[in-house]
Amino acid sequence: MPKITIDGKQFDFNHGQTIIETAKENGIEIPHFCWHPKLSISGNCRICLVEVEKMPKLVIACSTLAADGMVVNTQSDKTIAARNAVMEFILINHPLDCPICDEAGECKLQDYAFKHGTGESRFVEEKQHKDKRVELGPRIMFDAERCISCSRCIRFSDEIAGRNQLTFIRRGDRVTITTFPGEEFDNPYTMNTIDICPVGALTSKDFRFKSRVWEMSSTNSVCTGCARGCNTEIWVRDNKIQRLTPRINETVNGHWMCDDGRLNTFKHVNNEETRIDGPHIRVDGQLTKVTWNEAVKEAVKRLKSFNNTEIAFIGSAFATVEDNYAFQKFSKANFNATNLDFARHVVPGSGDDILICEDKTPNSLGAVLTGIQPVADGMNLAEIINGIKSKKIKALYIMEDDIAQLDSEYETLLAKLDLLIVHASNKNKTTTLADILLPVSTYAEKHGTIVNVDGMIQRMRPAVATEELERSLDQMPMSRWDKFGTKFDRWARGKKYDAKPSWKILGLLSQELPNKLKYKMAEDVFEDVSQHVKEFSGLDYDLIGEMGVKIKSDKITAKV
Amino acid sequence: MGVKKRQKDLTTLDKLYLPEIFKGLALTFKSMFKPKVTMEYPEVKFEPPASYRGRPVLVQEENGVERCVACGLCSRVCPALAIEVRANETELEKERYPETFEINMIRCIFCGFCEEVCPEEAIVMSKDYELVFTNREDAVYGKDKLLVPVHKLKDRLEFLRNFK
Ligand code: SF4
Ligand code: SF4
Ligand code: SF4
Ligand code: SF4
Ligand code: FES
Repeated sequence: MPKITIDGKQFDFNHGQTIIETAKENGIEIPHFCWHPKLSISGNCRICLVEVEKMPKLVIACSTLAADGMVVNTQSDKTIAARNAVMEFILINHPLDCPICDEAGECKLQDYAFKHGTGESRFVEEKQHKDKRVELGPRIMFDAERCISCSRCIRFSDEIAGRNQLTFIRRGDRVTITTFPGEEFDNPYTMNTIDICPVGALTSKDFRFKSRVWEMSSTNSVCTGCARGCNTEIWVRDNKIQRLTPRINETVNGHWMCDDGRLNTFKHVNNEETRIDGPHIRVDGQLTKVTWNEAVKEAVKRLKSFNNTEIAFIGSAFATVEDNYAFQKFSKANFNATNLDFARHVVPGSGDDILICEDKTPNSLGAVLTGIQPVADGMNLAEIINGIKSKKIKALYIMEDDIAQLDSEYETLLAKLDLLIVHASNKNKTTTLADILLPVSTYAEKHGTIVNVDGMIQRMRPAVATEELERSLDQMPMSRWDKFGTKFDRWARGKKYDAKPSWKILGLLSQELPNKLKYKMAEDVFEDVSQHVKEFSGLDYDLIGEMGVKIKSDKITAKV
Repeated sequence: MGVKKRQKDLTTLDKLYLPEIFKGLALTFKSMFKPKVTMEYPEVKFEPPASYRGRPVLVQEENGVERCVACGLCSRVCPALAIEVRANETELEKERYPETFEINMIRCIFCGFCEEVCPEEAIVMSKDYELVFTNREDAVYGKDKLLVPVHKLKDRLEFLRNFK
């Protein structure tokens, strides 16, 4: 194998690797602005200059191929002088915007200025002024003064999103980014450019000024927007989700996520108008808040008043593996359930060959594998609906899905039921018809697993606390505010909802029935799953870890 | 262990204490004719020098707008976690302003770090030492109490220019 020496240490490398890649693989960071591991090389920022023996001039590490016997020095006086010079050059026209810039705290330029800057500016002339607050697209705000012309955003749009929408115009210190005439920067992946922009030139219209990055906690999670299950981080302040960002996982989403998933999968968690806070039962036609004990007793009492065959159960591809497993176990063990199914939410033609899937649920494979399907000659969803029409089905138990929304006639049909029990986190068409409404924790408020379109089983963790969760005791990630807040501090009084994960609610109900579910933690449910579902055998939460595990199953259709 | 010997044994004169008593009386007598240094607060109020660190306040420009851009640095540096800033967007040139700015005066230790770190000279230590409240909620000062017109803070701003 060919060998290269970097800073006195010898490393193996593969032909075709650049100096920066070889260094990175071996834990040596060479500063870079324009280079990105997933984008083509443009070599325009020059911060990656390094000294190579026998070369007359410094070379840029991002585009120079490693060669056998090459001796690279990333810390020599010449290298450092060049780096300082490039920093000084880039900072000439960079505004002193850090106090009002959202990137501050996670800014490459800020970090490098600290690491590699000289700390003083020799530039006394007026800085070049450019447009601020330019709406590049529906979700992106551009600040031309902050841009350091690295072209990462241009290359991303062209190479990753497959939409060549951005370009440089003008020259020299007046160069700036714009969209092509008559076009908006509006592809489904635009917001990834916010993450890869090394400065705060591209900011999110949605997140703009919401919070400084150091004031939030971040929790590793998974997007629930479609069956891809992109790995994410949930950023929380004051017990409210402020933003989602993609987390690198090469086997699922690489470095990216789509704008729709980033923006539209967390607002409901924060929505005080629609969140269901505490259990409700219908009294004199009105949904009335009651205690858990009352709701559970009422639900069991009313369920028992039907013949088993008159009851149907609808699980959910929005719920976790744990919830679905507990759901089928609860219904089969106590009600001999055969009428069991879940709704598919597939939007044909809405997928692409990048990330977005046609299946808009995050866990349909998980629902199938845990046994959410009709037993023997039981009814499937369509038959259950017909059953309601023909009055064969009198009671319906729906877990975490807005069934009434699926079809225009379902709403009137569901209203005809003698009993409708619904688990939901937010009010919707189905919950307004419910006789018993049990509030569930959202994906951001519980432990659990989901299985993506390719059979990757991935973990979710609580990022937002509910009434039953306490940040410090339940080992949830904590911001500085969370750590030191007392009940007397306004910033420690973020709203907590009275909600529980579905498996736990089913456990409560089962205590009033012959066959009890004895789970204390989500992990207990998963242990049960791993013992009874062959696809999950041998797995546990530690093995699944941060990156997930690929399961084998003939049910993986892996169609994007 | 034996009894420790005194470092210095008192003489008979010392033991009488009378000379010391007269010394003390002489001092009292002298002070009666010196100018007074005490003040009859609250009728008479102490006007602190510019270097004084009273409660932190926000500088309000002549046009009524606060200088603060809600960068959150004061909040970050505050050793007592007394400051909470919530930013939002404004049409003004500064782009960003504090929608809420709250200082918990029970937490504040008047260290002046917030003033020192502020990139906009927007938060300064005032001469106000009269902090009275009867419950915890009242101790949280919002923008209504924090904003002080710039002309009332001239002393401090000048002091900062010279010594910061
Ligand atoms: S906007 Fe950001 S990513 Fe795009 S060229 Fe400028 S600095 Fe680079
Ligand atoms: S592609 Fe799917 S999983 Fe990924 S961010 Fe978008 S909606 Fe979420
Ligand atoms: S004076 Fe010190 S303790 Fe008081 S608010 Fe400022 S930084 Fe915090
Ligand atoms: S440091 Fe100054 S500008 Fe920043 S939030 Fe505090 S008062 Fe406002
Ligand atoms: S990282 Fe090599 S030139 Fe920009």
